Amino acid sequence: MIISWTLHRLRADLLVLRNVVAAVRARPVQWVALWILVTFIGCALFADMLASSQPLLLYFRGHLYLFPNLFHPAKLRIYDNELLLTYLRPGDWAVLPIVPWGYNGHDLSHVLSAPDAAHWLGTDSSGRDVLARVLHGARVSLIVGILSVCVLIVVGVTMGTVAGYFGGILDVILMRLLEIVHSIPTILLLITLLAVLSPEGYGAVVAMTVVIGLVWWTDVARLVRGEILRVKELDYVQAARAQGAGTARLIFAHVLPNSSSPVLVSGTFALAAAILVEGALSFLGFGIPDDMASWGGLLNEVRSNVEAWWLALFPGAAIFATVTAFNLLGEGLRDALDPHLRT
Amino acid sequence: MLRFLLRRLLLMVPTFIGVTLICFLVLRLANADPVTTGLEGAISGRQVSKEAILHLRHFYALDQPWHIQYLRLVRRLVTFDLGTRWQDGRPIAKVVGEALPITLMLSGISLVIAYGLAIPLGVFSAARRGTRRDTTMTVLLFVLYSLPSFWVGTMLIVYLGSGQFLNCPWTHSRGCFPLQGWHTFRGFEQMRPLDKIVDVIWHITLPIVTLTYASLASLSRYMRMGMLETLRQDYIRTARAKGLGEGRVSYVHALRNALIPIVTLLGLTLPSLIGGSVIVEQIFGIRGMGFVALEAIRLPDYPLVITIVAFTGLLTMVGVLISDLLYAVVDPRIRIEGRQ
Repeated sequence: MIISWTLHRLRADLLVLRNVVAAVRARPVQWVALWILVTFIGCALFADMLASSQPLLLYFRGHLYLFPNLFHPAKLRIYDNELLLTYLRPGDWAVLPIVPWGYNGHDLSHVLSAPDAAHWLGTDSSGRDVLARVLHGARVSLIVGILSVCVLIVVGVTMGTVAGYFGGILDVILMRLLEIVHSIPTILLLITLLAVLSPEGYGAVVAMTVVIGLVWWTDVARLVRGEILRVKELDYVQAARAQGAGTARLIFAHVLPNSSSPVLVSGTFALAAAILVEGALSFLGFGIPDDMASWGGLLNEVRSNVEAWWLALFPGAAIFATVTAFNLLGEGLRDALDPHLRT
Repeated sequence: MLRFLLRRLLLMVPTFIGVTLICFLVLRLANADPVTTGLEGAISGRQVSKEAILHLRHFYALDQPWHIQYLRLVRRLVTFDLGTRWQDGRPIAKVVGEALPITLMLSGISLVIAYGLAIPLGVFSAARRGTRRDTTMTVLLFVLYSLPSFWVGTMLIVYLGSGQFLNCPWTHSRGCFPLQGWHTFRGFEQMRPLDKIVDVIWHITLPIVTLTYASLASLSRYMRMGMLETLRQDYIRTARAKGLGEGRVSYVHALRNALIPIVTLLGLTLPSLIGGSVIVEQIFGIRGMGFVALEAIRLPDYPLVITIVAFTGLLTMVGVLISDLLYAVVDPRIRIEGRQ
């Protein structure tokens, strides 16, 4: 019975998803936004294949290496592609990625150089390729954005459901908490938390995710609380209750699914905002450390090199495109799912 | 009205306690002894006498259990006994007193410009609904709304400030606008009052643009939405049926009701302006609250951080209160409900 019910729900969810895709397809602007996002997600997934300091395929001294850029074979110590090519003998060959520079590869003969044939988007003050860093930066931005939205939706939906469904003192406490969190300037709280944690490496990604999620759940909680207050008095919920449905079943099977579309819409907007704030924090120097690539971190370097327009233009444009695409997608979803909110 | 105000003021007390409690807990959980860390960060390499450390630990009540520490913190905040900045030993009250007016000036000017432009833009756009001009404006505002402010600020500095792309004849140095500060550092005191004003305006043009465009865009979008919503109402149809001109219908009958959502947004715009000023002050090197806060967090100087977060929190709460009061002023229905 449980399995059939789960399958039934799954099928309903798939139908909703199909409607969403159809709704997005019907709007050309949203369709373009979706493709921009698919491109960036592709960059994030295949960053190592697109830009790496190591070749994709290498035939070296009679031995074929498959994807040394991914597996980093212990026998092979390659520092960068340029150096490797000087070591190739007749008969050896290598297939290089489109961008033959890693996000941390230093090209000391091109320090802070404007875009040219060797570095299509220029280099930063340590001779690192900007295009490689923009491609790898997509990874950080999207991971932080998506995961922090997952955190804030879980926290927000839980808090909002508990407060809205059970009401009473829990509701009062939640509303006070919302007001308190709302009164603290978000950016200062985020910076303080990150400075206190002072994470390193991938810990920074985790820390940012958790911190953004834990500070920003309030909007979702407010939204879910309102929806639950509205839905729980509807006739069909009363009917389910009269039939003897338990609290858990009422919440998960009847009340929450009916509140899911506003959460989806606000989650999409939150994704844009989270990517924006990740950029801002890295820009201020409190986010992703310098040895990882991030769009905000690239912009940060402009502050000490105001002539380097390429350091300002490209990473900023990447943030702008991603944020705009998510905002457009959010508007499209809102129009498709929630006719009341249509402007 | 008075009772409404009193109730709101009373509700601010638990919120303020909550804000300070959260700051306190975050900082306490992070670090066992902020005094030693702070002193290490501030005056590294120099010897600090044991007595000085003991004195500071006593002042911040670090030798007491944590609930007493918290109560002492609240007492110090309320009585303005804030202590000194570790970096240079200046009183925190003085540091904040110097930084706050600058941030308030930036946010105030930005707020006035944003509202002053957003209301006519929204009305204009709604009155010409569906025309090409309306569509262009909607798209433009949407783009503005999605532009990251730290990118815009950086680009403005690169293209207008660095002097590599554009040079203006009126500047002494390269570029069109200065890169740092809200006034000229040397010789500002000796300037005549009029020159001072011109100098400040010249310095804060780029920061104000960076700070304002996003709230301008979102306010105009809300204004347009509000106008469209209002223009659909029955009494607007009555006004039209009476034979009133479209201008009078839009600007007199519809505008008053469409202003209500915009006015309530004041409470939400103020905190976002304060948050935005952190970024803008950092980009343009303006020593306001955001700049001082980041400096304090970098050091780290926890008492200063707590003070700043608490005061910006208070400022936000006052902003929300003002917006609630304005709401009551604009919408008589709220006042009547409050009286009953």
